[in-house]
Amino acid sequence: MSEWWAGVSETFARCFINEGRYKLLLSGIGVTIKVSLLAVALGMIIGFLIALCNLSKKKPLNIIGKVYTDVIRGTPSVTQLMIIYFVVFATINWAKWVIAAIAFGINSGAYVSEIIRAGILSIDRGQTEAGRSLGLTARQTMIYVVIPQAVKNIFPAMGNEFITLIKETAIVGYVGLMDIQKAGDFIKSATYEAFMPLVGTAIIYFVLIKMLTIALTKYEAYLRKSEKR
Amino acid sequence: MSEDKVLEIKNIRKSFDGNEVLKDVSLSVASGEVVSIIGPSGSGKSTILRCATLLERMDGGILKYKDDIAASDESGHMVYADKKELKRIRRYFGLVFQSFNLFPHYTVHKNITEPVILSGQCDAKQAGERATELLERLGLEDKAEAYPGSLSGGQKQRVSIARALAMKPEILFFDEPTSALDPELTGEVLKVIKGLAAEHMTMVIVTHAMKFAREVSDRIIFLENGVIHSQGTPEELFNSNDERLNSFIGKLEE
Repeated sequence: MSEWWAGVSETFARCFINEGRYKLLLSGIGVTIKVSLLAVALGMIIGFLIALCNLSKKKPLNIIGKVYTDVIRGTPSVTQLMIIYFVVFATINWAKWVIAAIAFGINSGAYVSEIIRAGILSIDRGQTEAGRSLGLTARQTMIYVVIPQAVKNIFPAMGNEFITLIKETAIVGYVGLMDIQKAGDFIKSATYEAFMPLVGTAIIYFVLIKMLTIALTKYEAYLRKSEKR
Repeated sequence: MSEDKVLEIKNIRKSFDGNEVLKDVSLSVASGEVVSIIGPSGSGKSTILRCATLLERMDGGILKYKDDIAASDESGHMVYADKKELKRIRRYFGLVFQSFNLFPHYTVHKNITEPVILSGQCDAKQAGERATELLERLGLEDKAEAYPGSLSGGQKQRVSIARALAMKPEILFFDEPTSALDPELTGEVLKVIKGLAAEHMTMVIVTHAMKFAREVSDRIIFLENGVIHSQGTPEELFNSNDERLNSFIGKLEE
């Protein structure tokens, strides 16, 4: 037993402590969080704009929205990431993580737009009619009446989208970014150990997402409480 | 009285997917007049209100508030006033819905003040005072900070009347204001409307409550199949010997 334990702790030390390898993972966590946060923000902005295009009465805007969602949903995110990085930003010298976040933001935007569109359509037409009949403009009705209510309906689906997005960023290694996944992979190659680095990677992702889930659930409960239905 | 007309509707037509709901209806409402519109389901009662409040575009006819033309087909095709003009015209009227349509994310007080403030009628302080005054008048002052979700149907409808009144409309439309309420809650809402009638508020009420229509109206319009079948004072209509009218009124009074 003690021999087994000695073996395990030796492997653990080799994987995570020797040569400061934990630092790789720590900075990997930083990269994953940075990319995810910026991508979520961009995804929300793009998603909102595309949702407005899709809901608009103007045909050209509908077409833009439709083509955007179709193309993004119809191609793998790795392909999108590589096209953005190696083609679109080939000659532009921005930080790698920013370019990656832009790629994920563009990707997420397509999904977010569908969530927002569904959320806005879920609000009873009577709400819009009440707004309009009380002298609000179409825009004011959207901003003060429809969207605040839609946000509550949208929230759970949006939380799911964030979670998916964080996991999706595990492919940034393709453009040479050292995120959690890439760090785990690097340790695996350096130590010829597969189990610990990979399971360690999984645990880190799991803990990150679990924390996010708890925060989202708490916030959702808070949102619901502010409106006693 | 003709120059005192608040609302004038001439020959309006409206179809939904080829189904003609309103065929040539004309109606004008004088200042201070209370007009009830009765008629079977699908007769086009609500559609008149929805056209008059610009929630539906009519296919033909003229819609006028005082001297402002909101829509007209005199040129041969239907022309609506421009956005800016319509925004101004919307100030003339208020609409109370069957299903209340209160804003669930705002408190009762904010439901009333927010539209007044957003439409630029007055500042937050004045709007607040106006709301408090209206809530007091409708016996809802203790509900000011409640959310609509915690109110009874009758209270909700009273709030929605207060919300419409806060805009100081010249004419108030009611689209079956008591149809979504439990029978025992209709009384409180009808009392409010009667109170408004006593103050000579100009109102057009679509309703199934015959007794109420009889008591409150200066004029009742019986609509059937998209045309005005008959109209007159409550006495005239309720003592009419028109067979169709009597069978309709009789059916509802049972």
